Amino acid sequence: MAIHRGRGFACINYPIGMNLGGDPAQALVHSTPDGKFMVALSAIDLGQGMKSVTRQIAAETLGVPVEDVYVDTADSDTGPHDMGSFASRGTHRVGNAVIRASAEARKQMMEAAADELEVNAADLTTDGRGNIHVKGAPSRSITVADTATAAQFKQGRTLSGRGIFLIPPSDADPDTGEMTPVTCFAHAALVIDVIVDDETGEVEVTEINSAYEVGRALNPRLVEQQLIGGAWMGVSHALYETTEPYYPDRSHGPEDFNTYLMPGPGQIVPHHIAVLERPAEDAPFGGKGPGEMCANPVLPAIANAIYNAVGVRCDRLPITPEKVLRGLQANGGARPQGGNNGATQGGSMPQGQR
Amino acid sequence: MAKVPLTFTLNDAEIGVFVVPGSNLLDVLRRGAGDLTPKEGCAQGACGACTVLIDGVPHLSCLTLAEMAEGRRISTTGGLAVGPELHPLQTAFMEGFAAQCGFCTAGMLMSAKALLDQTPNPTRDQVIEAISGNLCRCTGYEPIVDAILTAAAKMQGRTA
Repeated sequence: MAIHRGRGFACINYPIGMNLGGDPAQALVHSTPDGKFMVALSAIDLGQGMKSVTRQIAAETLGVPVEDVYVDTADSDTGPHDMGSFASRGTHRVGNAVIRASAEARKQMMEAAADELEVNAADLTTDGRGNIHVKGAPSRSITVADTATAAQFKQGRTLSGRGIFLIPPSDADPDTGEMTPVTCFAHAALVIDVIVDDETGEVEVTEINSAYEVGRALNPRLVEQQLIGGAWMGVSHALYETTEPYYPDRSHGPEDFNTYLMPGPGQIVPHHIAVLERPAEDAPFGGKGPGEMCANPVLPAIANAIYNAVGVRCDRLPITPEKVLRGLQANGGARPQGGNNGATQGGSMPQGQR
Repeated sequence: MAKVPLTFTLNDAEIGVFVVPGSNLLDVLRRGAGDLTPKEGCAQGACGACTVLIDGVPHLSCLTLAEMAEGRRISTTGGLAVGPELHPLQTAFMEGFAAQCGFCTAGMLMSAKALLDQTPNPTRDQVIEAISGNLCRCTGYEPIVDAILTAAAKMQGRTA
């Protein structure tokens, strides 16, 4: 009986968003009388950072401080329509809609400021600190707050914008089957090291090394947070979480946290990430967003690492000790595949020497 | 069933409520005392989202009979900040991106506070042990462990 080390690799080309009859997202932007901007969305922030990223995008497009932008995702009954927060579409689809809405609001803001300064709107620029001034003449300026007040109480106009971004429906060509369901892909590659106990069938992930290409990382800390947490979820899907153990027979399915296993803080895996930034052309400020692909490639990489360690090819998830042991039994024991160049200390070793 | 009177201290406030005998402490805190910071995750003691401190010791409030709180001192996340000043743990969680959806955060903070109150300079393993009863679905735990160590260092005047 021995502990076997293995290394597995997986890569992913991940489509950003989906296309089932078209994929639209809308945004509405308006200013308050004191020059703050409200972004109304129906896209939901469930912790992934939708509010933070759309706030940055709106502030950058409007040319105002990020502190002066509020994002409201409160109510899909009263907000502008959005398909939802899924398919890793948020940053790309909603971000593009926010750019369009913010650009329209900015145009109105510049026109209102031009009236107040008695200049041409095309000659004005923003300093990103709450002021609008004549290009090359910073002293000829008006604050965004004064502009908004003048627009509402003197000029009788709104500073507001509407934005929609639509990936139109793409049907398959009846002759070739060709279609364009998505416009933008993100990419990643992972190397995962495991140890497998051929006596108990237990698998432990010992290290993850990954490289993610997500376009521009609009908020680098949020990107890192998603990648770390998402990879952990991938490990959990690969090794622990059993939804339907004997599907299609529903018996013995988990009903609560006592029967639905998830790793705890004691199973933290060291994870080294390289984020490669290649801004995408049709993405908001080049950001595609990490989303679901934080978790997806972890599963095949672990399956490959287990095969590398003991020669057992598991094609059902999660890869429980029972499945590893059945595979070992069918093979007549562990069959390390070797070649795991660089895996620390390489190959198998008697128990107790790990 | 006739309700019974129950008095306890909740984050330095004296609370007096009438409860149905057999109520759990989590319901009394949320519905009786109006403190919505402890969360109900699983309601069976498996997730840790409802963790509160009773006389400084972490308890799963969903499994605690409310009447056991009689005369005792209950601490929740609602009492961590002093006025506008966040507790160092809250600041470290925020600055360390130790929350995503946030549902586990209140329980994590209370487990962490109980640890740091007793063990001001914990090792990484002690931090992991202290939050081992708290499930988190989003972060992979590492930012949480880091944040607790950062807060401990800050409270001791060190840099982590």
